[in-house]
Amino acid sequence: MLFGFPLLSLIIWLPILFGVAVFATGGDRNAQLARWIAFAGSILGFLVAIPLYTGFDSAASAMQFVESHPWIERFNIHYHLGVDGISMPLILLNCFITPIVVIAGWKVIQNRVSQYMGAFLMMSGIVNGVFASLDAVLFYVFWEASLIPMFLIIGIWGGPNRVYAAIKFFLYTLLGSLLMLVAFIYLYHTSGGSFAIEDFHQLPLAMTPQILIFVAFLLAFAVKVPMWPVHTWLPDAHVEAPTGGSVLLAAILLKLGGYGFLRFSLPITPDASIYLADMMIILSLIAVVYIGLIALMQADMKKLIAYSSVAHMGFVTLGFFLFNAYGVEGAMVQMISHGFISGAMFLCVGVLYDRLHSRQIADYGGVVNKMPIFAAFFMLFAMANAGLPGTSGFVGEFMVIMGAVKVNFWYAFLAATTLIFGAAYTLWMYKRVIFGAVANPAVESLEDISRREFALLAILAAAVLWIGVYPYPLTEVMHVTIDNLLVHVGNSKL
Amino acid sequence: MDFIPPDFTPAYSEIFMLAMVCVVMLADLAAGEKRRYVAYLLTQATLLGCALLTYISFSADTVYTFSGMYVDDALADILKLMVYGTVSAVLIYSHRYVTDRGMLSGEYFSLILFATLGMMVMISASHFLTLYIGLELLSLSLYALVALRRDSLMATEAAMKFFVLGALASGFLLYGMSMVYGATGSLHLADISKAIENGVNSHEVLVIGLVFIVAGISFKLSAAPFHMWAPDVYQGAPTAITLFIGSAPKLAAFGFVMRLLAEGLGEMSADWEGMLVILAIMSMAVGNIAAIAQTNIKRMLAYSTISHMGFLILGLISADWNGYSSALFYVIAYVLMTLGTFAMIMVLCRSGFEAENISDFKGLNKRNAWYAFITLLLMLSLAGIPPLIGFYAKLAVLQAVLNAGYIWVAVAAVMFSLIGAFYYLRIIKFMYFDEPDTTEPIESKPEVNFLLSVNGIAVLALGIFPQALMGLSLFAIQNSM
Repeated sequence: MLFGFPLLSLIIWLPILFGVAVFATGGDRNAQLARWIAFAGSILGFLVAIPLYTGFDSAASAMQFVESHPWIERFNIHYHLGVDGISMPLILLNCFITPIVVIAGWKVIQNRVSQYMGAFLMMSGIVNGVFASLDAVLFYVFWEASLIPMFLIIGIWGGPNRVYAAIKFFLYTLLGSLLMLVAFIYLYHTSGGSFAIEDFHQLPLAMTPQILIFVAFLLAFAVKVPMWPVHTWLPDAHVEAPTGGSVLLAAILLKLGGYGFLRFSLPITPDASIYLADMMIILSLIAVVYIGLIALMQADMKKLIAYSSVAHMGFVTLGFFLFNAYGVEGAMVQMISHGFISGAMFLCVGVLYDRLHSRQIADYGGVVNKMPIFAAFFMLFAMANAGLPGTSGFVGEFMVIMGAVKVNFWYAFLAATTLIFGAAYTLWMYKRVIFGAVANPAVESLEDISRREFALLAILAAAVLWIGVYPYPLTEVMHVTIDNLLVHVGNSKL
Repeated sequence: MDFIPPDFTPAYSEIFMLAMVCVVMLADLAAGEKRRYVAYLLTQATLLGCALLTYISFSADTVYTFSGMYVDDALADILKLMVYGTVSAVLIYSHRYVTDRGMLSGEYFSLILFATLGMMVMISASHFLTLYIGLELLSLSLYALVALRRDSLMATEAAMKFFVLGALASGFLLYGMSMVYGATGSLHLADISKAIENGVNSHEVLVIGLVFIVAGISFKLSAAPFHMWAPDVYQGAPTAITLFIGSAPKLAAFGFVMRLLAEGLGEMSADWEGMLVILAIMSMAVGNIAAIAQTNIKRMLAYSTISHMGFLILGLISADWNGYSSALFYVIAYVLMTLGTFAMIMVLCRSGFEAENISDFKGLNKRNAWYAFITLLLMLSLAGIPPLIGFYAKLAVLQAVLNAGYIWVAVAAVMFSLIGAFYYLRIIKFMYFDEPDTTEPIESKPEVNFLLSVNGIAVLALGIFPQALMGLSLFAIQNSM
């Protein structure tokens, strides 16, 4: 471990500084320069994150790479950073996805390139900040700040209905987070003047405040995950966002909600979490089953994948509230794996959209005849999305179902229906788009993926297969932290 | 009988200001139409001189003078310094606007300086009479400033409304003061506070007086349900004057409220807390909801002001140093944001074209990306999104409210700011998501460009490092109350 070296600060601020540099390149005359700076920034951002994994002590349960400096003395707020086995993989995932979204926008975005690329780099740094913050206000600052770039990404480069989607996205998320802020301030006063998240973890709380705080957190995190019934912003945002925006949204931003549950809801309000676990599990199962059925009906590919995201994230929240190691670890694996798979799925749709400018399933058909390499990749990701063993999608879902069996057979039974519905909506879409006769004359003119697109999809395919076949390096780092969390949740705070 | 001259030192800056107002008027007469910049430069020099005088006398001590009618403490010094800076920025921002519209007369400068003097008196008053004199000096100058464009129907109508309602509010205030005087037998804030502490014969008279004082204050702060004048005046007044009304006087009004409620009637905080909660919630509700329906940007910002004043009042309800310093921080942050926002509207104005509608911001990102970015920062800050200063202002106030135990008030406050976020986002939408109606380049003077950039960056920088300003607010309150 690199003692004293502010590695986390570097991981947060390097992309942000590169983002500023990209903004500074100005108008579209310097577009190529903006692209290359953004590329360099995103790659560097990933490289500096690697020591986080190699230097991580997976046997320790305490926070690692800790940095703490006074920031706002007036309210005892600290610039306090640190990672554990929950946040570290998520930071790596984010740093891994950033170069991918930068490259994905390389050709497609021709208008206000510097603002587009800059927004993504800023976003990357901000999200790292969310995962690394150990001070509630610092966390909140990063959490809300992440809305701004995404709002602009959807609103400027999005589809026809982008304004509606952007504002809906912003207000929905703000709704949840404002109540979370009130909860933070309440905890600040109850803890006698500390915003440190670890102090909140140790703070004894009576049942009523616990439930109210839990509900405030729930609104914030449920909107982000998103859980049924506050998921409706997601399909709108996904459909309107540019491909890079969709990838980022699905792969990273949804994880913020899941992370919030693990960092805040469970450890700060353990009794309320256990008390309300059945409600949470039922909401999650509704997301899995009902949203899975909704996905089946979609005619728009992006919408279909968006709904499938909601269903898959239902597994994540389900896993959290089972309170056993299988459930929580499975949920974590599911989050990482969903980052790869949904990102890849949106990229695949983006590849098609760039060529035909349509997301409607009905406009395609017989694509395999023209784009065989693409069809192969798409097949892999579709299978992973359906949870085929050997892909990362299987590992997380299987672990969560195992965890659910221990709690209640019927929970497990309902959760397992996703293996049917997931396969149904994904593969049915795949069949209609890729196979069959060429329905649309425009499909005839399709060209197979370029080297750039090939590289993107190949990297993601490798990641999906790696987690699917050998998830140990991932579960190893989170194991101790999650065990520790479960012990902590088991001790009543009343 | 011996005449002991009072100690003038605490009022040096006011005396200097008064002398300079006369100098500016005379110098402008002598310089004439062609050399109006003389008055402009003299005005700026006056503000600088006042700032130096205030800065030199700056200390943590509280000094009373003029038989206790006047006070110089840390709060007064800090607020006055902010006022000078704000007025100076207002003059720089509005210079081209007033020149283009033929409003650049000697009166413009002397009225602004008189208003500034009124604010200084309000901030430093420790007696009902001085408070009232300061308030009237400010208000009368503002009425005249709004009517500065005699030929504009909108402006004269706004001035009339402003005058009538303002006079009514002053009447309320005086009536309330007279009742408090009747109950306590003193006009000195310190004596009133002592008298209430020792118990008065008739608490009812005192409370009725308090009701009138609070109503008068609410008029001046434009808090609902006494807010009706604000949208009309903001819309009707020339934008440069709206900028002035919306910025520096809020600082003075804060000082005024602190003197009256915290210093004079602090012992009655249990009585006024409840009133302020109602005023705050109503202001946030009316301001945020009515702002959504506006198409005129100045009118929208007037409603936004009302909602921000609601938030400011929330800071006062805890009636302790924590809440007061949070409210002070809030008002400083608010003035900083308002300055930038109205300055941006004036930048969009050209001679013969008034930027009045929200749609005038259309496509600003394509016309001038830097200005669009500054406006983005300002709007998000007004909406209270971190890492901008507006967020910390809300955070500070909310923690004071929660500390005082008003959990549901805090929840209502954040829900209203959620509604508020919508109309700020709408401006961002116009700037970034829409195509411009005109490709005409936006021109502005280099000093305006510079100041606006500083203003925008300050909103961000003070948001990332808010400690200095928060510490200053805390210092001001802890050494004055």
